[in-house]
Amino acid sequence: MRGKSAIVGMATAGMGEAPGFSAMELLGQAAVAAVADAGLKMQDVDAVFSATSSHAFPTMSVVEYLGLKPRYFDGTNVGGSSFELHLLQATMALEAGLCDVALVCYGSNQRTAGGALVSMSEPQWHETPYKPRHPITAYALATSRHMAEYGTTRENLADVALAARGWANLNPEAFARGPLTKDEVLSARMISDPLSKSDCCLVTDGAAACVLVRADRAKDLAAKPVYFLGAGAANYHRSIVAMPDLTTTAAVDSGARALEMAGVSRKELDLVMLYDAFTINTILFLEDLGFCPKGEGGRFVADGRIAPGGELAVNTNGGGLSCVHPGMYGLFLIAEAVAQIRGEAGARQIDGCDLALCHGNGGTLSSQCTAILGSEATL
Amino acid sequence: MTAIDNLGPQAAYQAHLEAGRFMIQRAKSTGEYVFWPRVLTPSGATDLEWVPAKGTGTVYAITVNRARGGSWNVALIELDEGVRMMSTLPAVETAPIGARVKARVEVAEDGPRVIFDLMEDAK
Repeated sequence: MRGKSAIVGMATAGMGEAPGFSAMELLGQAAVAAVADAGLKMQDVDAVFSATSSHAFPTMSVVEYLGLKPRYFDGTNVGGSSFELHLLQATMALEAGLCDVALVCYGSNQRTAGGALVSMSEPQWHETPYKPRHPITAYALATSRHMAEYGTTRENLADVALAARGWANLNPEAFARGPLTKDEVLSARMISDPLSKSDCCLVTDGAAACVLVRADRAKDLAAKPVYFLGAGAANYHRSIVAMPDLTTTAAVDSGARALEMAGVSRKELDLVMLYDAFTINTILFLEDLGFCPKGEGGRFVADGRIAPGGELAVNTNGGGLSCVHPGMYGLFLIAEAVAQIRGEAGARQIDGCDLALCHGNGGTLSSQCTAILGSEATL
Repeated sequence: MTAIDNLGPQAAYQAHLEAGRFMIQRAKSTGEYVFWPRVLTPSGATDLEWVPAKGTGTVYAITVNRARGGSWNVALIELDEGVRMMSTLPAVETAPIGARVKARVEVAEDGPRVIFDLMEDAK
């Protein structure tokens, strides 16, 4: 499937705060803008891929709202990683001739609707008596284990938060901007030891949408195509109780599968977009995707290595930590990769960005989906 | 009332707890333990029987929820049988990873649950 499809339209809407708008209205704005970006008409869309935290049947709701009559649709919901998987599913459907124009879309107004993470996730009966506060309890447990096994420190976690803020300060669309010091990060209110408020992603509004077509058609459309080069998924558990090893995620497998399909090596990647719901995520995924040995992630992120000007460009939009996190963040990873590969990322633009990895995470370090995107030069 | 043997694994586990017993499942054919309770083991064995848990284990991971109304820890305990469960150590604020712990059945407001205490002697 390498190079068989391309993202030809991409847009976001309601980034940060969008008072007065419903989740579907924001999704609709993003979809309209993405289709226009591709130079297509809404009625050209004949496949819909969607997941949200507020729609039990997201593709039905999207189809009705946008006035579509698709011949293919898939509402697979694997949390925040859904959209990396949707890229794979859309490419399969396009390649199989089941559709010609695929729309992947998401929207949320969780910030203005209440300010708390919205989730349709059902409680796990064997966890309920202990009153976990997911998702943070699960991520805090994983962090505690990583610290005990590998000596990872709260300073290491702070480096992740500071790098994200550094990038956000170059992104006018980022929600959390402004100076941030290590002391401020380390003295933030503890929420679930060892994770403090500074280790947690934002709770924002936001919507995103992208349009995919087969690669042979992509060149004729309005926008510079960003090609699908590969994707891989892996999932071992639902509840954190059943995660085989709390310091190693299934990204080990999803990343290897995606890189193999794309036929590229880690060293060739210009941009690495990692789902940073919590600071520990960035450390775990840098390890599991092979950028550093297991256990070294905390030391890897020291000295600004993933901050602006660092050795490895990671989460250049500011991430879920400082840019946007409306509950399911996966499509915003893709939005940033598209912006960078098109060369439209403004002050945060990295030089010669041709190849990007987007890694989505869903549930409690559960579903892991990795996608590789590239410019025409990478075909 | 249905006999425990005729209940599904979730209801059977809870029925044993109601009777004050902390029981876990083991496959007769492979000797594998499985938790949380289900109808097969990770290797696919289905000849599961209920056996009393030894009740001893180790803190595998732990966090302290800091809420306005008070704090409580949530831990993953690795039982000596090799399976992991979520639980809490209500007698302490927190505990080091690797600490040895012992189970007891507590009758909480919402029903019985398995909780753990530090085994001071085992340190």
